[in-house]
Amino acid sequence: MNFVLSLVFSSLAVLVVVLIPWIGVGALNLKILFGVVIPYAALATFIVGIIVRVLDWGRSPVPYRIPTTAGQMWSFPWIKSNPIDNPKGTGGVVVRMLFEVLTFRSLFRNTRLEYSKVDGVPRINYEWEKWLWLAALLFHYSFLVIFLRHFRFFMEPVPGFVTLLESLDGFLQMGAAPFNGFGLPGVYLTDMLLMAAVTWLLLRRILYSQIRYLSLPADYFPLLLILSLGTTGILMRYLLRVDITKVKELVIGIFKFSPVVPDGIGVIFYIHLFILCVLITYFPFSKLMHFAGIFLSPTRNLSNNNRFVRHVNPWNYPVKFHTYEEYEDEFRDAMIEVGLPVDKGAKTAEEGEKE
Amino acid sequence: MYDGGKIIVGLIIGIGLFLSPFIYNAGTAAKPPDPQLTKKAKEAKVCVAPKAYMRESHFKMLDEWRHTVVRDGERYYKAADGKIYYKSLQVTCLDCHSDKTKFCDQCHNYLSVNPYCWDCHIAPEEKK
Repeated sequence: MNFVLSLVFSSLAVLVVVLIPWIGVGALNLKILFGVVIPYAALATFIVGIIVRVLDWGRSPVPYRIPTTAGQMWSFPWIKSNPIDNPKGTGGVVVRMLFEVLTFRSLFRNTRLEYSKVDGVPRINYEWEKWLWLAALLFHYSFLVIFLRHFRFFMEPVPGFVTLLESLDGFLQMGAAPFNGFGLPGVYLTDMLLMAAVTWLLLRRILYSQIRYLSLPADYFPLLLILSLGTTGILMRYLLRVDITKVKELVIGIFKFSPVVPDGIGVIFYIHLFILCVLITYFPFSKLMHFAGIFLSPTRNLSNNNRFVRHVNPWNYPVKFHTYEEYEDEFRDAMIEVGLPVDKGAKTAEEGEKE
Repeated sequence: MYDGGKIIVGLIIGIGLFLSPFIYNAGTAAKPPDPQLTKKAKEAKVCVAPKAYMRESHFKMLDEWRHTVVRDGERYYKAADGKIYYKSLQVTCLDCHSDKTKFCDQCHNYLSVNPYCWDCHIAPEEKK
């Protein structure tokens, strides 16, 4: 699919996702469906889907270690090795995984191929490209903070870490800026960072020709979905207010398995909720599973011990073999008779005669 | 399963974190807040704006009031029904809503909202 079509296709899909609850709640008043039934179904799909996929990955054999590393392997004590990039034991692997999961170290090594002309001669350059890493890091951490901040709706009483995050996230007090109407004291940094980062992650797929060529609807769709999730959330917080006390009653009802659907929550909330439901339903079937997959990356989570630990290929066929020893035992007499050399020759033969 | 033990432990931790609200809320009463109006507020029957708007966006109005009063010196607010109100948190709002713990704090605590009103304004004294 060419990129315009992909983009149009995914935008339309997101538009449909936004329109469904808009019509469903706004016009048809299906509050129980959109406020209770669909969230439960989405959450169940999310949890079961992740379990099934991870167990499926866990069943895949790992025949040997794949040493795609960026460091010297451990060999002799007098050769300096790199214990983190090329670990020989569990300790190094744990450190490598922590760097990978928390700081996206592989992405940090990202380079970008670029053509340039030096004195009229075309040349290939590998650019030191850090924008993807930066945007990815900002996006993931912002998303995490926003998700954790939402725990003020999920938990009653509100746990301390949520209050702490809120005060840290809103410490600039940008709402005190001199515009009327945008007048919330706690304008959160992460809201802005997330939107900026996702916008960049989307733009790079459109602007860079190589990435445009690689991008599919499966790449655009989650980005657009998250973008619309963020947009509805920001709209709801700063502009189209909803009664969040009632929102929390609904959410707590879901978590206590005694769902209630209070009246008077604006449609924008149901749109936000439905986008989230679509996102988490889509999650186990999509590239978003890198969330669990990063922990199972074979090139990152296995120590490079191929040279001193034997790894037996788990799908090896149980080969029936007949060793030379057994062969000799079987034909020894005949071999001695025709004068062929034997390993355990005379002695065994003599013992045989004695019997 | 290859490395099944580790994978299953990781899976349980991950899924457990996602399901933590279910576990956390299981033991708590989690009663919705119950803001109480004072006698004076009940008698007045109307606020400066309709109840639904006040529930959703009262702080937006407070912010606008602060902005227009402090920066522009406009002290009067014309409500939708034509009534004129003096724009002041302490003089107008807290005149009726004088019970902070039973009114303001009810929802604010429920949703972990920490407005900085009281950095400058004096919270009304409450009759015990």
